[in-house]
Amino acid sequence: MTAKERLAIPPQEMPQQDALARARNMEEVALGYTAEMAKKESSRCLNCPAKPCVEGCPVKINIPGFLQAASEGDFKKALSIIRESSLLPAVCGRVCPQERQCQKFCTVGKMFKDVGKAVAIGRVERFCADNVEPEPALKAAPTGKRVAVIGSGPASITCAADCARAGHAVTMFEAFHKPGGVLVYGIPEFRLPKRIVDKEVEGLKALGVEIVTDFVVGKTRKLADMKKEFDAIFVGTGAGLPKFMDIEGENLIGVFSANEYLTRANLMKAYLEDKAATPFWHGSKVAVLGGGNVAMDAARMALRLGAKEVHLIYRRSEKEMPARIEEVHHAKEEGVIFHTLENAKRILGDEKGRVRAIECLKYELGEPDASGRRSPVAIAGSEFEFPVDTVIVAVGSGANPLIAATTPEIEVDRKGHVLVDAATGMTKMDGVFAGGDIVLGAATVILAMGEGRVAAEGINKYLSK
Amino acid sequence: MTKILEKSQLSANVFRMKLEAPLIASERKAGQFIILRTNADWGERIPLTIADADSQKGTIDIIFQTVGVSTKELSLLNAGDHIADLVGPLGKPTRITNYSDAGSGKKGWVVVVGGGIGVAPAHPIAQAFKAAGNRVTAIMGARTKELVIMEEEMRRATDEVVIVTDDGSYGRKGLVTEPLKEFCSLAQKPDEVVIVGPPIMMKFAALTTKPYGVKTIASLNSIMIDGTGMCGGCRVSVGGKTKFVCVDGPEFDAHEVDFDNFIMRLGTFKQEEIDHKCRSGLFD
Repeated sequence: MTAKERLAIPPQEMPQQDALARARNMEEVALGYTAEMAKKESSRCLNCPAKPCVEGCPVKINIPGFLQAASEGDFKKALSIIRESSLLPAVCGRVCPQERQCQKFCTVGKMFKDVGKAVAIGRVERFCADNVEPEPALKAAPTGKRVAVIGSGPASITCAADCARAGHAVTMFEAFHKPGGVLVYGIPEFRLPKRIVDKEVEGLKALGVEIVTDFVVGKTRKLADMKKEFDAIFVGTGAGLPKFMDIEGENLIGVFSANEYLTRANLMKAYLEDKAATPFWHGSKVAVLGGGNVAMDAARMALRLGAKEVHLIYRRSEKEMPARIEEVHHAKEEGVIFHTLENAKRILGDEKGRVRAIECLKYELGEPDASGRRSPVAIAGSEFEFPVDTVIVAVGSGANPLIAATTPEIEVDRKGHVLVDAATGMTKMDGVFAGGDIVLGAATVILAMGEGRVAAEGINKYLSK
Repeated sequence: MTKILEKSQLSANVFRMKLEAPLIASERKAGQFIILRTNADWGERIPLTIADADSQKGTIDIIFQTVGVSTKELSLLNAGDHIADLVGPLGKPTRITNYSDAGSGKKGWVVVVGGGIGVAPAHPIAQAFKAAGNRVTAIMGARTKELVIMEEEMRRATDEVVIVTDDGSYGRKGLVTEPLKEFCSLAQKPDEVVIVGPPIMMKFAALTTKPYGVKTIASLNSIMIDGTGMCGGCRVSVGGKTKFVCVDGPEFDAHEVDFDNFIMRLGTFKQEEIDHKCRSGLFD
């Protein structure tokens, strides 16, 4: 096939549930490619010599290699190429911000001057992961060394798998009653079905990883005590401390962190009212504060939990929104009302302390700030209010403080993020490694996975000494 | 899975259970709590206080009142049954100070106030202050005689016990704030007061001690999911700042806690809980 012929293939649209129907159910929104679509989409790759997509991938997947195999219909080979670099393709194919990573640099997208027309690398990745059983992982002979992995999110899953493959006896500790971390409590079913996370967890068990739930390291056992039992420890406890805005009315009834709102629905399945014992809040007019993936998840969840109106309030413009572009599109299609260049000033309550309205200020964009994004500036006197009964705060998460607070040997920065050696992932405490959001701050699944990999390599080297 | 070793009923709606929990039993300190789920598939995570623990035998005791579906389900389990999930110990331990003055020989004096089943978490706190070298007085309040719990254990853990009931059926007739006020009015005031119980009682106990400038700590039991700082559902305003009961607490300076907001927030899911009780068929 010539480059011209490849460029003539239309981008394959992702089949998805009807917007209005799906806004009222929990089923996955994007239904996945057919084999024919996956082949066609992969054939759009020009196999250009510079491979800019690989540079854009945080874990440097051989993207043209797997697309080539997929275009030939050899999805098994495609998956094995992906799995050389990524352990969680079914997850990353769904939740990576591809338009800011691999697809951002794709030559095809550049030729069309539209990142939306880049090869849909993530969708092909997802197809391969969903439709091919991976080869059973090879496992080295037992080393007799014990590794504790604390947390069970993406960084921890990756680290546990790589350490188990190296022959170490791995025990994973999770504070909740169910493993999976943010993949289970944070990301909703309609974006990441829990059967996919369960499958990854089953994969770990098949590798011999022992999973202990209901165990809070720092509380049930101090890290220093665990050091006596384990030869190495990985800390992947994530960004689990919700930030609030520190505005008037934030402790009224009907104001929730996105973490709480989503955990009730995702982990506790509160929406299945006939079965689940955990209650959820029946909001009718909902305001969601923030513009990231978590804000989109919360806004779309509110629709699914029966809200009549959902307003998403973000102080910059849509261009600066940190959410994946697909999630923004999906949220709009489903009927979430976007208020950009606005920000909550205070939340107003009734005589019973319940939310009755939100007061916002209008904003304009000023000079770029430290993050490189144009900073929002409030317009004086632009206050206005509208009635809501629910406010969900989704303005980010800080580092989970439990381990740092009980382990003085681990050094953290001003914000509580654990400091590690970039090459090995080791903290200032000998034999204790860390990775994922507890190091990076709230980031992405793939970056967390990459960190888990680096730390596992660090652990494996440390233990071979 | 956690095994229930013993169960007893203390009053119509109050139960005590001994649970097999060696890790928690050896690590827990006064003031900390646990979270449990009775049902592996659909259970709710409920925070409960620890009434007692035996690190040698590896057991902890919990005391709970059946207020909603989850505590009702828990109350239907018996010795030999298992609880799906148990996690802890959570929260910061009580800050234990020995107020005794070695020079003058004056003993420190700590008053621990427990209202209703708040006596359960007050018990280990009293034990710890006593073990540190203080004289400890317990004020135990209940609506009526039948609802007075852990009296013998509290007597063993302290130097003096004052019991008050709303209806006068046992001990003094009145509210815990009355003996508390008398203690604070003495020339030798208590060095510290710790209050655990119904929120409204804690609010008024805090108002009672405030004019006397007696250091007062309240142990809060708010709505929470994870108990590790992740959901923020338990947040409370302390001295104008938002704090998380699960990781910053559960104990705070009672004079700084915004009890009105705390009480209001406890009612967040009131309607949902009523509906759930109706659906469950477990309540009349």
